[in-house]
Amino acid sequence: MDFSLSSEQQMIQDSVSRFILNDYDFDTRRKILGSTAGYSQENWKVFAELGWLMLPFTEEDGGLGGTMVDLALVMEEFGKGMVVEPFIATAVMAGGLMALAGSQAQKDDYLPKIMAGELHMAFAYAEPQSRYHLHNVKCSAVQAPGEFVITGEKSVVLNGNHADTLIVSARTSGDTHDKDGISLFLVDARHPSVKRQGYANVDGHQAADISFDNTPTLGLLGEKGKALPAIDNIIDKATLAVCAEAVGAMQIAHERTLEYAKTRQQFGRSIGSFQALQHRMVNMFIEHQQAKSILLMAALKMDSNHGSDGKALSAAKSRIGKAASLVGREAIQIHGGIGMTDELDVGHIFKRLTTIQFLFGSTDVHTTRFASL
Amino acid sequence: MNLHFTAEEKDFQQEVQQFLQQKLPKDIATKTKKALHLSKDEYIQWQKILYQQGWAATNWPVEHGGTGWTPTQKYIFANECAEAGAPEVIPFGLKMVAPIIYTFGTQAQKQRFLPDILASNVWWCQGYSETGAGSDLAAVRTTAVKDGDEYVVNGTKTWTTLGQYADWIFCLVRTGEPNAKNQEAISFLLIDMHDPKISVSPIITIDGRHEVNEVHFDGVRVPAENLIGAQGKGWTYAKVLLTHERTGIARVAISKDRLVQLKELVEASPDGDNKLMNDVIFAQKIASVEIDLLALEYTELRTLSALSTGQAPGPESSILKIVGTQIIQAIDALYVEAAGYYSMPFVPYQFHDDYDGPHIGPEMATNSSLRYFNNRKTSIYGGSNEIQTNIISKAVLGL
Repeated sequence: MDFSLSSEQQMIQDSVSRFILNDYDFDTRRKILGSTAGYSQENWKVFAELGWLMLPFTEEDGGLGGTMVDLALVMEEFGKGMVVEPFIATAVMAGGLMALAGSQAQKDDYLPKIMAGELHMAFAYAEPQSRYHLHNVKCSAVQAPGEFVITGEKSVVLNGNHADTLIVSARTSGDTHDKDGISLFLVDARHPSVKRQGYANVDGHQAADISFDNTPTLGLLGEKGKALPAIDNIIDKATLAVCAEAVGAMQIAHERTLEYAKTRQQFGRSIGSFQALQHRMVNMFIEHQQAKSILLMAALKMDSNHGSDGKALSAAKSRIGKAASLVGREAIQIHGGIGMTDELDVGHIFKRLTTIQFLFGSTDVHTTRFASL
Repeated sequence: MNLHFTAEEKDFQQEVQQFLQQKLPKDIATKTKKALHLSKDEYIQWQKILYQQGWAATNWPVEHGGTGWTPTQKYIFANECAEAGAPEVIPFGLKMVAPIIYTFGTQAQKQRFLPDILASNVWWCQGYSETGAGSDLAAVRTTAVKDGDEYVVNGTKTWTTLGQYADWIFCLVRTGEPNAKNQEAISFLLIDMHDPKISVSPIITIDGRHEVNEVHFDGVRVPAENLIGAQGKGWTYAKVLLTHERTGIARVAISKDRLVQLKELVEASPDGDNKLMNDVIFAQKIASVEIDLLALEYTELRTLSALSTGQAPGPESSILKIVGTQIIQAIDALYVEAAGYYSMPFVPYQFHDDYDGPHIGPEMATNSSLRYFNNRKTSIYGGSNEIQTNIISKAVLGL
């Protein structure tokens, strides 16, 4: 057993960490959020140039062959800067599905463009009624003479408003809740029959509600009717990514709170000198440490099981969700009024820690899944 | 001791229901129920309706225009209002400064200020906190220096809720010798917000709203007749006010109604093929908060009952503040959880009166996280929950 980072891992962690420190401070991020796109295309180029967009792909597919531990290292650093560029949507989810389910021709067509930062993608899976049930798919694909056409609605699609190409889960057979009969399709996001309502989420990430009305597809991705295992696999990977992001964000929330408690004077002394607050900051620290540990457990187990271990992943999401809730709320409370303001980063960290709890399955959903597996 | 309403109380309940049915504007009720923001005009409109009914001041003595209701009547009124979707009264005038004025003010001050507060003709705000005086409120540094018949006020107040609308502000100011003990140097001063030497700057909070402000005083001259009570006694008065503020802060009736609505929402929310209410874990979480709220309701009733026998609200009212805000925040969290993915979109514009574009997500879902974020303030304001804990520890337990 050895938990130390390899030199390659150390290198990639340093490289992301440097980027956050030098090029992604809170004011820069604020400017990015205020821009029309809501994320920075220049940063996206940097991600490509530094090879980060290649990380999740195997060497065979032209990538760096990164492990889940590698992905977690990058995402933890992203979490410290609250990066809003659509890394998870494009590289982890859509790119991941392409690598997992795509034909050689599809991979040759899409993966180089994704890795070069030339193509934005999104995975549209959640529906208004589906909540966190990935097999609950109403959106239907019927074979019109020749090609499939898609009709239905997808909810809160991350990067859905900026994506060039969408991957859409749609039902080719069976009932809304059947595990069989779900297929994946590539769809041109700019087709006139695709209606996109774009918005920013409360955490600054871009998203869209999307409806399809007899929308032609750019082709089936993977085997018809058998997409659920690939969807499960990719959502688990995306879940690990946000878990890691939460661990990074919690570290910053805790650091900021400590700094503030040491400097903020009330009653003639620093508020950090009050034992009631000291114990609470110790609890935040413990939560962060526990979260970091279970993240490592899940990433290692996924790596030793071909990138997939639902039980380990759900354990991580459950425990990290609990930690994120406590650390985020305590960071605000210990800051007091100033923590409630838009001008301080701690409130924004709190918001991201909140949305992560409800992305890809709530804490309770993952606790239940852990128990069932 | 019994739980039942008397015949008179039942009559009163009917009277309140009838009044709300006839007089509460439907659009205001709808917005309140959906937890949307009301405009200044909408608040005033409702408060004036209450005034015309003689029900604007439920906590004032009759001689000043209060209702003189028993605790049971107040309880009935609060519950019916919440259920009907009546907005909570903006507290700064009616609930906060008025009790100070009628308790510690001169006859002239009572005549000058109370009628306009009662009729909601003026909008008040609170000038307590400062950058360096949050939990340590006695550390206020805004100065009021006596100059003939006037005080000259300099300093900055912060977290002034809805101060952008205010006509008047009540302030804790430092009037004492620089070396006097903190609390003996503080006075309670009423200041006209229309003075050109006052400026208000907005503070945007994490829900994207402009609700709180900084208020700057730059050599504002205030007539000495606006001082409440004796110079240097402001801290004593403020403490009385804070106890009043805390009693109202439990907001039991509002939380009860929000839980009722949450259950309706969860009953109607799909969870794949199922409905969310059939999720045993989620249903239990709702039940758990509901049970906490029941206990709090009876804690509040016990406090009110003690009040009716002529006792002032004691430090026990800190329990109401602590538990009441914990419950508010727990309910907010349940709304966010119920909303799932639709807790994420930041689309406050779709709730504006003049918006007629497409709506993202089910109603109440996209508003849930903003309310969750905004209500983090409840455990911070009105004396943070840490301060309330200290009060109980010192004043009740003698530790």
